[in-house]
Amino acid sequence: MALEVGSGLTIGLILGTVIVVAAMLIWVERRLLSFWQERLGPNRVGPFGLLQVVADMIKIFTKEDWVPPFADRVSFVIAPAIIMTVILLSFAVIPFAPSIGVIDSNIGVLFILAMASLGAYSVMLGGLSSDNKYALLGSLRAAAQMVSYEVFMGISLLGVVALSGSFNLRTIVEAQEGMWFVVPQFVGFVIFLIAGVAESHRLPFDIPEAEQEICAGYHTEYSGMKFGMFFVGEYLGLVLVSSLITVLFFGGWMGPGFLPPIVWFALKSGVFIAFFILLRAAIPRPRYDQLMSYGWLFLLPLSLINLLVTGAVILSN
Amino acid sequence: MQKAWIEKMYSLIKDTLLSQVVTLWGVFKKLFVEADTVEYPDQQPYMFPRWRGRIILSRDPDGEERCVACNLCAVACPVDCIALQKGEMEDGRWYPEFFRINFSRCIMCGFCEEACPTNAIQLTPDFEMAEYVRQDMVWEKEDLLISGCGKYHDYNFYRVAGKQISGKDKGEALNEAKPVNVRSLMP
Amino acid sequence: MTLLFYLAGAIAIIATFAVIVQTNIVHALLYLILSLLAVAVIFYVLGAPFAAVLEAIVYAGAILVLFLFVIMMLNLGQHTRDQEKGWLTGRVFLAPGVMSALLLGQLLNVLSQVDQDMAVTRVGVMEVSALLFGPYVLAVELASILLLAGLVSAYHLAKR
Repeated sequence: MALEVGSGLTIGLILGTVIVVAAMLIWVERRLLSFWQERLGPNRVGPFGLLQVVADMIKIFTKEDWVPPFADRVSFVIAPAIIMTVILLSFAVIPFAPSIGVIDSNIGVLFILAMASLGAYSVMLGGLSSDNKYALLGSLRAAAQMVSYEVFMGISLLGVVALSGSFNLRTIVEAQEGMWFVVPQFVGFVIFLIAGVAESHRLPFDIPEAEQEICAGYHTEYSGMKFGMFFVGEYLGLVLVSSLITVLFFGGWMGPGFLPPIVWFALKSGVFIAFFILLRAAIPRPRYDQLMSYGWLFLLPLSLINLLVTGAVILSN
Repeated sequence: MQKAWIEKMYSLIKDTLLSQVVTLWGVFKKLFVEADTVEYPDQQPYMFPRWRGRIILSRDPDGEERCVACNLCAVACPVDCIALQKGEMEDGRWYPEFFRINFSRCIMCGFCEEACPTNAIQLTPDFEMAEYVRQDMVWEKEDLLISGCGKYHDYNFYRVAGKQISGKDKGEALNEAKPVNVRSLMP
Repeated sequence: MTLLFYLAGAIAIIATFAVIVQTNIVHALLYLILSLLAVAVIFYVLGAPFAAVLEAIVYAGAILVLFLFVIMMLNLGQHTRDQEKGWLTGRVFLAPGVMSALLLGQLLNVLSQVDQDMAVTRVGVMEVSALLFGPYVLAVELASILLLAGLVSAYHLAKR
């Protein structure tokens, strides 16, 4: 089997790499956060603490996997599986390099939006089935936040789609041969960045799981591997948003020829992952109503104006 | 109205965008700042001499126990972790027959050190005193008593105090006036 | 593809039936989501990927999230489940069953007249958009004005 789009080897490699990268991000995030807070972070297990992930995994796998007796068992069990599934499915349409990818879909962007909107169910069911006040509050917040920010996410993407004339992510990358879309679509990029943070509910928009106010939000009652799936799912979401930004705005695998395309892709995505971690280190969490009014009163008009201007410019050319 | 709107937009951009960027840059710069962490078991931190750690009982410069079993430390102790019993030597000195500190209760507040009139009980900068068995946290006099003077090198209670012991009569202490003979009429 | 179509169709029918008979409302909603996703798969198989994805985004992803959102706030417990069980007697199904049977007969009648092997034509995003902004542009604009009115009124209500 060769390394081409859709071959079994490629699919296996992508799946394995993505999951391993997401797991390693637990260590990367802790290390980077500590550097930004003038600490050292986990550096005990293995060289530079690299095996910390292994230690964490052993801990999570051997923990008691407890389902509370008052929980709605079916929803409680499928909720963490949903988030892992939808995010891993989203990776199917990401073009990692000219010859690396799972499918070459004509509705790639829409597929990712659909998967992102299905991801909201994981959080909502997790909170609802836990039968716990904090979990319910967390999932209420999560539902409103994810549904709202999906809107701006979709609208901010449309500028890119209009410029490249396709929903196919591979075509979008190829359309950035001359100029990365971050230049003509800078506003769209900023909106997508913010909406991406809100969609993957990472800090500063981790309002659904705000530890200081509502325990751990929707995964308050989760333990063991189910919690681990939520945890890794969050990092998978981070990887997904980073690679999406790379694909949509920063030319995907494009780069000077001295490095192979996949390395360029990984480098660009890595920069965004680090940026998301920097966001976590630097910016405090906004209040819930501030998040909502910021989205609907500022980002929505801004993204609509951006789309309007993009359309006008395309038509005038 | 127009002006107010412009000012509102300006403050919006300044507050929501610029301040966030400034914060991000400020935190990012920390990447190039050396970490404050002291990697403790590999690297011993500098302990200040006044650190309140493990409690010791010191001796005076002559090598005698400083503790006079006055019980002030036991009274001052807020968690009642000090227990001692007074004994008396043939030369008139008081000393503790036993002196017991329960370190599983001790909160290292240092009140005993402040209460001590003879500088006998002192807190040291040592903090590595974890044990596996709880009973091992109870330290007896032979564990507590050191052979040095601790922080006060030339203080000797019996040499400056008026207390009479054999070999040092009333009025023979340092800076002590001779006892006044109350029955004498002479000035 | 044919197998996929029948599989998705079966799932859609079973899930929709389960929505009706399920007494736990959260589970009923989950079945409804499943049914909608199965319909999306049918759309995809029939050559309408755009419609399929929109089904997933709009119906499964947004509208049912709002349903679930409302249910979360209602604090439903065992007593509503019992109430639901009390209503779901055999007699209730009689009238809807008869009406559905009539509709099914009509549908079968129509289907029997349709040419059996319809060629599947793939309708991509381009074709849909060309139609929406070509012949149907008036309808699209009217719908967008309606949505705008909805947006403005929602904003007005939320502001108070």
